[in-house]
Amino acid sequence: MSRRYDSRTTIFSPEGRLYQVEYAMEAIGNAGTAIGILSKDGVVLVGEKKVTSKLLQTSTSTEKMYKIDDHVACAVAGIMSDANILINTARVQAQRYAYAYQEPMPVEQLVQSLCDTKQGYTQFGGLRPFGVSFLFAGWDKNFGFQLYTSDPSGNYGGWKAAAIGANNQAAQSILKQDYKDDITREEAVQLALKVLSKTMDSTSLTSEKLELAEVLLSPSGKVKYQVCSPENLTKLLVKFGVTQPATETA
Amino acid sequence: MECVFGLVGNGFAIVVADSSAVHSILVHKSNEDKIMVLDSHKLIAASGEPGDRVQFTEYIQKNVALYQFRNGIPLTTAAAANFTRGELATALRKNPYSVNILLAGYDKETGPALYYIDYIATLHKLEKGAFGYGSYFSLSMMDRHYHSGMSVEEAIDLVDKCIMEIRSRLVVAPPNFVIKIVDKDGAREYAWRESVKDTPVPSA
Repeated sequence: MSRRYDSRTTIFSPEGRLYQVEYAMEAIGNAGTAIGILSKDGVVLVGEKKVTSKLLQTSTSTEKMYKIDDHVACAVAGIMSDANILINTARVQAQRYAYAYQEPMPVEQLVQSLCDTKQGYTQFGGLRPFGVSFLFAGWDKNFGFQLYTSDPSGNYGGWKAAAIGANNQAAQSILKQDYKDDITREEAVQLALKVLSKTMDSTSLTSEKLELAEVLLSPSGKVKYQVCSPENLTKLLVKFGVTQPATETA
Repeated sequence: MECVFGLVGNGFAIVVADSSAVHSILVHKSNEDKIMVLDSHKLIAASGEPGDRVQFTEYIQKNVALYQFRNGIPLTTAAAANFTRGELATALRKNPYSVNILLAGYDKETGPALYYIDYIATLHKLEKGAFGYGSYFSLSMMDRHYHSGMSVEEAIDLVDKCIMEIRSRLVVAPPNFVIKIVDKDGAREYAWRESVKDTPVPSA
């Protein structure tokens, strides 16, 4: 039945659904998980790397974390080629804003401008929607640290802790249980790694399968985007005891 | 001829403008308000070609309001000044424009500020600034008597000194001035200094 309404994004099905948009969200469910947690002194992003081949040489240390501007970073789940386009537009938007106002762009405005682009592809032209969900972590002078998610429909929301990608519902429910207001950044890292250790398919976590990035304020008061090195990540995994099979951490 | 000047005091900024609408040698009106309240905590005083002045300041005012509606947060004074400069610079590439602007504002984080934007889109952050023929006198007075951290009384006293100097030394001195202030409580009219009274006309 749904076939007739599948081929065009711009048409509602008789049940009032947009199938292409729903399928795009489905595509994200297969991508590696990414988790974001807001803490009182920073935002933590943790992502699961899907190691495709040992022979693959990656150009950057992170494959799903991107710096958008000095004060905003994002984690991606979904089709990377689609994400690259959106990340590029986000970076352009951030610089345009800085050019017009000589001030960093407020985080929510950046998220909103990107979601306007995403929404456009669910309404116009016979094009397909972007198969990408984002976690945005940032800081601005009005609202401090912030965490946002966005999906292919162009919806976005602010969260204290959120998960996108494979198993995001399981991750989300653990986050809901274990998140406390006023946690520190270190506790947030610990929680994020614990959640990943429980929701990832592989039995034990290693630094090769993970990436960790943080947005924080340096002692001088400047916003900083910091990517955790594999060595430090291994140390953290040992420290929090999540290198062992997941059953032990419960 | 036109006189616009302003200064920053302790917790407030003041801008002053003459209120003469002049064409050639003729004074059409002497109660023209050349200081626009840009938003709750910003003032924009402008001199220049009357048509350009009104159209450009209204354009900026409406864009600042649009920003606030869209984003739920107001622009800072610095952002508004940079935006104004950018818009003027862009407009200048297309056609000539003649507006000089003094933008005063108050922000919670940074306190009061005064920005100077001239007709060729030069932007400066200043403690005191002036445009027009009056600037020769008001700048001299402010150089002599201004100091940082002035109280409102001291600042108004200095403003009156400037007006007095303009009235007594400038051949083509305008008779009336309007004074506006912006501080933590917002932007508002402070006083008029009138030596000629226009017959009241219902506003357009």
